[in-house]
Amino acid sequence: MTEAYLPILVMMVVAGGFAAIALGVSALLGPRRPNPAKDTPYESGIVPLGDARRRFPVQFYVIAVLFILFDVEVILMYPWAVAARQLGLFGLIEMAIFVVILLVGFIYAWKNDAFKWQ
Amino acid sequence: MTFPTLNFPVIAPQIVLVAAALIILLADLMVANKRILGWISLIAVIGALAAVFVCRSDSAAFPLALGGPSGPGTMALADGLGLFASAAVLIAAGLAILLAIERVGDFSRFEKPGSEKKQARSGDHPIAEAPGPQVTDRAGAYYALLLLATAGMTAMATASDLMTIFIALEIFSLALYILVGFNRRDLRSGEAALKYFLLGAFASGFFLYGIALIYAATGTTSLEAILHNIQPMSISLPFRPLLPVGMGLLLVGFGFKLALVPFHMWTPDAYQGAPTPVTAFMSVATKAAAFAALIRVLAAVASYDRPWLLALAALAVLTMTLGNLAALRQTSLKRMLAYSSIAHAGYLLIGLAAGNQLGVEGALYYLLAYTFMNLGAFAVLLAVQRRDENDVTGDRILGLAGRQPLLAALMAVLMFSLAGIPPLAGFFGKLYVFSGAVEAGLAWLAIVGVLNSALGAYYYLRVTILMFMAEPAESDQEISSGKVETLQPGWAVMTTVVLAVLGTIVLGLWQWPWTQTIAQAVSTLALR
Amino acid sequence: MVPISYYLILSAILFTVGVVGVLIRRNVLIIFMSVEMMLNAVNLTFAALALHFLSLNGQIFVLMAMVVAAAEVAVGLAIVMTVVRHKDTTNIEDVNLLKG
Repeated sequence: MTEAYLPILVMMVVAGGFAAIALGVSALLGPRRPNPAKDTPYESGIVPLGDARRRFPVQFYVIAVLFILFDVEVILMYPWAVAARQLGLFGLIEMAIFVVILLVGFIYAWKNDAFKWQ
Repeated sequence: MTFPTLNFPVIAPQIVLVAAALIILLADLMVANKRILGWISLIAVIGALAAVFVCRSDSAAFPLALGGPSGPGTMALADGLGLFASAAVLIAAGLAILLAIERVGDFSRFEKPGSEKKQARSGDHPIAEAPGPQVTDRAGAYYALLLLATAGMTAMATASDLMTIFIALEIFSLALYILVGFNRRDLRSGEAALKYFLLGAFASGFFLYGIALIYAATGTTSLEAILHNIQPMSISLPFRPLLPVGMGLLLVGFGFKLALVPFHMWTPDAYQGAPTPVTAFMSVATKAAAFAALIRVLAAVASYDRPWLLALAALAVLTMTLGNLAALRQTSLKRMLAYSSIAHAGYLLIGLAAGNQLGVEGALYYLLAYTFMNLGAFAVLLAVQRRDENDVTGDRILGLAGRQPLLAALMAVLMFSLAGIPPLAGFFGKLYVFSGAVEAGLAWLAIVGVLNSALGAYYYLRVTILMFMAEPAESDQEISSGKVETLQPGWAVMTTVVLAVLGTIVLGLWQWPWTQTIAQAVSTLALR
Repeated sequence: MVPISYYLILSAILFTVGVVGVLIRRNVLIIFMSVEMMLNAVNLTFAALALHFLSLNGQIFVLMAMVVAAAEVAVGLAIVMTVVRHKDTTNIEDVNLLKG
């Protein structure tokens, strides 16, 4: 049974090795010109100061929720994708109906200014 | 591969309803007159009802597709029970739409988020544009959600697979959570939605875990296949002992959705805080859908075994008694009707606890009667409710008979029916479920039911007495003397009330066609 | 191979933790997370059973439950937002207009 986990071990070794090599090579060969901005922790370009439990503008919420919805609905496509060949035209039509329903929701949200930054 | 052979008539009502909901969402973006949307949704509901009757005329039980994904069973089954419950749901939906058509603006219009800020800025520059916040009317969303909830409920009534039941349950629950909180200007509405949502989601968890354990025990989620697999010596099932645990969890989930005591905590708050048309709809339609599913699940998973029936009987006693006792001491009529609908769920449960032909027939008859009379009662509350309020206290209807004799008379009929006074539908419903209980050897349950009906009669008749005997309260004397603007109920609300009362009377006096349909529907079920 | 019953026991424990969380916590958002935990415990059960029965149904049920959970999150957060707009609190005990 243990040999079933061998690929995982190999993957861990490869991943660890890649990280070590990449860091090592860049430390050896890369040019070094430090400045204060480069030394700060990287945080997507936002100035990383202040409390981490800061309040977010409420506009984030609408977009985040819409993202969750459309993102998660897509997982319903996976079972279809797996069986798309066997389902053929029928499956394609079913999926088209599914996407149209999502599209109507998207249009409704769009026209109600859900994506507009106020 | 060829197309799977789907029986489209089985899901025709849902197709009609969902398509109409999508059309309404799109139309909402284009038309200014929101009343058209109400009419579109009413037509859709009537169309779905027609689809149900088309299915019915063939009288055979249609499966959606033979050989569903989880084995020999199917996902949905248009048998008599499913179609009957679907019809009850659709009637409730139609009446609820008619009820809302004039008043939807009262709770669907609210300020656009962010527009207050503009207003504040315009204060600095008096000449600047945009005085007052922008107002949007979300009537389209209201009707679309109502139709989606209806689609979910009819799907639940015809579902024959636990997973279909769960998905249908979620579809209508999610739509109802939003509808309950639809009045965004009113914190009560939001609070009601929050409580309903938290407990509803909690209940969904139990429901899903129950399904998972039944799946573990039987290897399938199709009701038909479950019934087959749990026969002794059919196949080996190592997790078989999990079956009763799963059924228990399912029962908890159903208990929350049907507002059975002790899972009823959300009910009074949600019913009181929700916009009145929503309350009217959810108090009846949810019960029709969930009871149909419960009848099916009990037949497949619990086989109407004695211990389960006793558990149901205990729930029925608790539900009736606590519902009625709490209803007695309410000052808000909306809250009183909320508690009374809990009590009615208890009466309905008696029919299921009996577990025999007569009891289940009685429960179905009661379900239809309850649809008419409870919806009608909430419709009357909407008729006397002021435009800026979402609740009706007892003194609002003091001396109503003097001001609006027709409305008071109709309300009296509904109250008599809810109290169970012959020859109205409510009386026969109780009669049938109680005789079912006696036939099943549960005479004590019938006696508790009768005692509870007496308790219920007290507060229903008190409403009638308030309308006919008492003098109007001061604020309403001002109304009748013309100092305050009189609020006449609109024609659509009145039509709804009249239709509900007609339903109650017809169902009571002219029973044969209904009882025959119900008997046919129940005869195909595996009862004791 | 890990026996299926281990998965079932683990998911039962997770489910119970979720239930207890809903019952004892008073912050709406944490109650919310506890409900999600219950649903995910069920997902674990379904996934384990899919392995046990060697059937894909269990996995499909997981996907369905995930979609339902996402829809629940969207609706639930919207409702919490409407309440917070009126009353700046996420404590369930501060939301108590309806009584009787």
